[in-house]
Amino acid sequence: MLYHEAGQYKTTYAQDMALLPIAQERWSLAGLLVVAFVGVPSMAFLGIPPFDSDYVFSAILLPFLILSLAALGLNVLVGYCGQISLGSGAFMAVGAYAAYNTAVRLPELPILVALLSGGVAAAAVGVAFGLPSLRIKGLYLAVATLAAQFFFDWLFLRVKWFTNYAPSGSVTAPPIDVLGFRLDASVERYLLVLTIVVLFAFGVKNLVRGAIGRQWMAIRDMDLAAEIIGIRPVYAKLTAFAVSSFIIGIAGALWAFAHLGSWEPLTFSIDRSFHLLFMVIIGGLGSILGAFLGTAFILLVPIVLSRLPAALGTPLSTSTISHLETAVFGVLIIVFLIAEPLGLARLWSLAKEKLRLWPFPH
Amino acid sequence: MTGMQAMDAMTQQTPTIQHHRAGTAEPAAGSAAARSAATRSAATGPADQVLLAVDRISLRFGGVNALTDVSFDIRRGEIRAIIGPNGAGKTSMLNCINGFYHPTDGTITFKGERRAHMRPYVAARGGIARTFQNVALFRGMTTLDNIMTGRALRMRCGLWRQLVRVGPALREEIEHRQVVEEIIDFLQIQHIRKVPVGRLPYGLQKRVELGRALAMEPDLLLLDEPMAGMNVEEKEDMCRFVVEANRHFRTTVALIEHDIGVVMDLSDRVVVLEYGRKIADGTPAEVKGDPAVIKAYLGVAH
Repeated sequence: MLYHEAGQYKTTYAQDMALLPIAQERWSLAGLLVVAFVGVPSMAFLGIPPFDSDYVFSAILLPFLILSLAALGLNVLVGYCGQISLGSGAFMAVGAYAAYNTAVRLPELPILVALLSGGVAAAAVGVAFGLPSLRIKGLYLAVATLAAQFFFDWLFLRVKWFTNYAPSGSVTAPPIDVLGFRLDASVERYLLVLTIVVLFAFGVKNLVRGAIGRQWMAIRDMDLAAEIIGIRPVYAKLTAFAVSSFIIGIAGALWAFAHLGSWEPLTFSIDRSFHLLFMVIIGGLGSILGAFLGTAFILLVPIVLSRLPAALGTPLSTSTISHLETAVFGVLIIVFLIAEPLGLARLWSLAKEKLRLWPFPH
Repeated sequence: MTGMQAMDAMTQQTPTIQHHRAGTAEPAAGSAAARSAATRSAATGPADQVLLAVDRISLRFGGVNALTDVSFDIRRGEIRAIIGPNGAGKTSMLNCINGFYHPTDGTITFKGERRAHMRPYVAARGGIARTFQNVALFRGMTTLDNIMTGRALRMRCGLWRQLVRVGPALREEIEHRQVVEEIIDFLQIQHIRKVPVGRLPYGLQKRVELGRALAMEPDLLLLDEPMAGMNVEEKEDMCRFVVEANRHFRTTVALIEHDIGVVMDLSDRVVVLEYGRKIADGTPAEVKGDPAVIKAYLGVAH
C-alpha cells in the first residue's frame, strides 16, 4: 500500500531517468530535507529536547554529517570505481591543513574559499597517489595508498610550516564567516555543513548515474571490457581519484573548522582511514544512501551501546562499559557482514521490494 | 584519411541509428560533415573494398608460436568467419586485431591505415567492437547501463555538466538513451532493461553483450564464439541478430564459431587456422571441400 507505483506512468525518457521516479520516494526525501533544514533548527530554537542541548549537534549531528560526506567521497572511489584506498585519513588531513593555511596566510579570502582550497589540494594529492592504480590493483593498491597515509602523517607532524610553527603542533581554525555572518553556535555550523553535504550528495548522484559514473562502474566490474568499448582507464581512474579526494578533502576541512575547531596532526591518523572504509563497506559499496547509513551505524551504535547499561539500570563501571562496547560493536559488524555482505543499503532496497507488494503476498 | 580525421568524422555523425541504417548522406555543412558523409557512403560502397587486412602476422609467447605468418583480409559489409580446432589461434588473432596483443611480426591495415601498436581503446575509437568468448559484461550494472556504456565514446559532456545534469548533459543522455532503446528493441530484451546483468541467464547475457557492442555503431564487429553454450533456439536467435546487424546496420562482422553449420550458413568467406597457421581461405563451399581442412578437423586414415 505504502509503496505502490501502479498508475504512475512514465511517458518520456526524462521521467524514467529522474532522480526518484516514484512519487512516494520524492515525498519522503522532501520531508526528510524539510525536517533537517527547518524542523531540527526550529526545535533547537524552541528548546525542544533532545535538540535543546549542544551535545546533540556537536557530538552526533555534526560528526555524522561530516563523516557521511567523507564516506560519500570514499564510496566514489571504492564503491563505484573499485579502487581500494586506505589513504582517506591523509586526504582529510590535506584538506584540513590546506584550508587552514589558506585561511591563516590569506585572511582576506572568505572562509568558504579556504574550505574549497582544501578540497582542491586533496584532489591534486589524490590524483598523484592514484597514479599507481594505473598499474596495480586490489590489495596491492591499498598498500600503495597506505603510503599516502604515512607520508602525510609524517609531513604534518614534522614540517612546521604546515602548522604555522605552532609550538605544540596543535592548530586552531579561524572562526567561520559566511557572507558576513559569524557561525558560532553549533546549530549554525550544522546548517552550513548540512547544506554542503546535501549539495555534494546530489552532485555525486548526478555523476554516478551519468556517463562518467558508468565509466567508473565499468572499470570496477571489468576493466578489460571497459577498455575495448573505448573507455580510457587513465581518465576513468584518475577522475574517480580526483572527485573522491576532493570530497574527502572538503570533509577534512569541515571536520577541522566546523567540528573540532583546533586539532593535532594525529587527528587524521590511519584509524580514520579504516573507520571510513568500514562505513563504506557496512553501508553498502556503490550506494549514496549507503554512505549515510554506514556512517550512522559506525557512529551511533557505540554511543547507544555506551548508554544502554545506565538506561537499563545495571550499574557497571565505565571501563567495563567501554570494553563491552568494543566487543559488542565488533560482533555486530561481523553479524552484519555475514547476514548482508552488500551492506545496509542493500537491506533497504530489499525492504523496498517487499514494500512494493505489501500487504499482499504476491 | 588520417586517424584523427576518421575520428572526427565518426563523432560528427548524428547518434541515431536510422541515419546509419539508411546510409544516406545529409546535406554537408562544413568539411567535417562532408567527411562524415564520405565515410558513410564508403560504408555502402562496393562490397569488395577491404576494411581490414592482416599481413603476415606472427605472435610468439616465449617459445610458443600462437600465430605464424597469417594473412587475410576482411571486406566491407561481409561476414567473415574464422574457424579452426581448439588452440588454433583464433582468439589470439582477434586479440591482435583489437589491440590486446601486439603481434611480434607483421602489420595490420585498418581502413587503409597501417598500424603496429595500439591500445584497445584506440581500436575502439577507430570503430572496432568486440564480444568475448566468456561473457565480459559489467555484472553490477543493469542491462540498460551496460548498453549505455557502449555509447561512452560518443558522449561528449564533461564532468562539470554531468555534475548539474540539466541542459546539455540531460539532452545528451536522453539522445543516447533513444539509440540504446532501439538496440534493446532490436535484440528483444525490453523486459530485462532494468535487471542487473549478473542475474540474467547466460543466453541473455550474450545478447546484452552483443547489444553493448552494437551500441558503439562499429565498422567492424568481432564476435568470439557468440553461440557457444547455447541451445538450438538461442543459437537461431543469435544467428538472426548477427545477420540483421550485418544487413541493417551495415556492420562488417568477423566471427569465430565452432558450430560448422552456423558458419556455413552465415558467413560470406571463411578462413581456417590450425596450429597458428592459415590452412584454407575462401567461400564456405570451397573451404568445406578442402582436404587440408578435412584433415585438420577429422584426421585422415593412415
